[in-house]
Amino acid sequence: MAAIELREVRKAYGAAEVIKGIDLQIAHGEFCVFVGPSGCGKSTLLRMISGLEDISGGDIAIGGEVVNDIPAADRGLAMVFQSYALYPHMTVRQNLSFGLENINTPKGEIAAKVGEVARMLQIEQLLDRRPKDLSGGQRQRVAIGRAVVREPRVFLFDEPLSNLDAELRVDMRGEIAALHRRLGNTMIYVTHDQVEAMTMADKIAVLRLGKLEQFGRPLDLYNRPANLFVAGFIGSPKMNFLTGQVDPGDRTLLHLDTGEMLRLPAAGFGQVAGEKVTLGIRPNHLRVAEDGPVTVHVRSVEQLGGESYVYGATATGAPVTVHSPGQTRIAMDETIRVGGNESDIHLFDSESGLSLREG
Amino acid sequence: MSRTLAFLTATRGGARLHWTDWASYGYLFLGVFLMFFPVVWLVLSSFKTEADLQRYPPTFLPYQQQTITLDGYADPLPLFEITGGEHEGKILAQLRRVGLRAQMVDPADPETRLTIDIGDRVPVERFTLATENYSDLFGRFNFLLYFWNSTFITVTATLIMLLTNSMAAFALSKYQFRGRTVVLLLVIGTLMIPQTVVLVPLFLIVTELGMFNSLWGVIIPGAATPTGVFLLRQYMLTIPDEILDAARMDKASEWKIYWRIILPLSAPAIAVLAILAIMWRWNDFLWPLIVLTQSENFTLQLALNSFQGELQTQWSALLAMTVLTLLPIAMVFMFLQKYIATGIASTGGK
Repeated sequence: MAAIELREVRKAYGAAEVIKGIDLQIAHGEFCVFVGPSGCGKSTLLRMISGLEDISGGDIAIGGEVVNDIPAADRGLAMVFQSYALYPHMTVRQNLSFGLENINTPKGEIAAKVGEVARMLQIEQLLDRRPKDLSGGQRQRVAIGRAVVREPRVFLFDEPLSNLDAELRVDMRGEIAALHRRLGNTMIYVTHDQVEAMTMADKIAVLRLGKLEQFGRPLDLYNRPANLFVAGFIGSPKMNFLTGQVDPGDRTLLHLDTGEMLRLPAAGFGQVAGEKVTLGIRPNHLRVAEDGPVTVHVRSVEQLGGESYVYGATATGAPVTVHSPGQTRIAMDETIRVGGNESDIHLFDSESGLSLREG
Repeated sequence: MSRTLAFLTATRGGARLHWTDWASYGYLFLGVFLMFFPVVWLVLSSFKTEADLQRYPPTFLPYQQQTITLDGYADPLPLFEITGGEHEGKILAQLRRVGLRAQMVDPADPETRLTIDIGDRVPVERFTLATENYSDLFGRFNFLLYFWNSTFITVTATLIMLLTNSMAAFALSKYQFRGRTVVLLLVIGTLMIPQTVVLVPLFLIVTELGMFNSLWGVIIPGAATPTGVFLLRQYMLTIPDEILDAARMDKASEWKIYWRIILPLSAPAIAVLAILAIMWRWNDFLWPLIVLTQSENFTLQLALNSFQGELQTQWSALLAMTVLTLLPIAMVFMFLQKYIATGIASTGGK
């Protein structure tokens, strides 16, 4: 069993704290993605789990056993690096067998395992080449193969696809997901790309500035973001945010900063009268309507044929994106009115950024 | 081959040679002359006999006077061509010289002694290589012993140096530890101390350790060089840390990381250092001169020095041994010189 538990894990370089106390439980066999903007500490956290980086406080447990003082080599993990980190002077075969040689695996067994992994990743014909003779995608496969061949308890991926071109990235995304289904190991995957996170993860941990913002299933994060940051980070294009103030007398009435007013649902959110709030609504939940409560000045229109995006701004300059299926006749510099369903809105406290959703 | 030829005969282009072609080739030939003439002169002189070496004016090629062995005379007699007098045009053998006259015989008629004015004769000379200069080195002088001493010192010292320097460079480039910068600065700082300053203390230490008059006394003190540590460190800095992390995840011990990852990846820099180390050790003179006083421990350089006596110098043996001493280092350089350029180029930038 290889469940991973982080308890109050901290990391500081001198006075600068980069991981500020993270609690996290990853169940055995789960595919967990750490996602966040660059500098949020996600790679550092991964390196701390791997043992390549010391921890300054808290506990890391793998399979119920605290591994704080166990060196990286003995934690039973394998890691795929962003730069692939293949050994440039060794052939692919030697790259794959290096780890097995280090644990004194018999020669015949090494050959068998390397052959099996090479077949699985379709790199058999590359076994006698050196890394510099491989393309990016092939190198990536070899790097994954090097991790797989040692049959680790947990796989760690550190932005493994960021050096690949877009098309290859989609392919490899599918392959890594397939690998996870086949091997059933616990995997932790670090990325800054929320699309990768949404498509691959069983659970997503959103990190920002060394703190865990939210941890949960992809759709839970999408449907019920815990705060403004997660709401803005998960989902593409970004959620629209409109700031305003709840009417002092009527908590279901919102005065937007633009001067417009709209109705809030009476139940589901814990807003109080007079509170400054931020209303969020996803671009695909917005509809262009004559009687819509918000006026938007259109700045540009993207027609993709099957769907279209309208980019505009409110009177106060807040950006608004409307995503609609099919094609649209709206043109640049038009002024439109938009609205949406009450059930699709999100409400956040403007000061703390926390969601006001109840239950 | 044709590419080499094309390279060597490259011109600026056009039908006729441009004046810059003349200037370039003139300059290059001057350079070749300055570099090669002393070496060629050395090699040719090493084939001259002691007498030929003393001759004034010197000749470019080695010549030896022809001799003839005649019945009734124990030693071979030198041959002369007669340029004047009644025997003009003949070739005669000289028995002895008395003042301005020489007693000579005709090889065809060895019984009759002739008296010739020494102004009327010139020696009969032919281009001959005095290979005995070289064979003497192996017979009369213990060349092979000196050669072995030099080789043993060079190879052992180079290997020890590469090992210690690369380990130090690995630690200084890839490990974070308190005082790392201080250690590095100390290492580089020793570059500023000339060897002559530490000669006496070094000698005392070597004597205390009982390495005086032993080859190890030459090998050990030169094993760690700041230049080598610095050169290798700079190169190892360019090896990505992620590769080491990957090896650590692959359960490689630190020693294994050094031996299987760092060393092979530093090969260009190590080749450069190896060439430099071989040249330093092979050509080293001052330190071996101090430590090694018994002739059975002499290196080639010391043996060469011992030919140069206070009163007389055996030039023929000295020159022959110089040529043999130059050969191995020239070979090493010829085969490894391409690494110097690539190695130094790649230690410079990432």
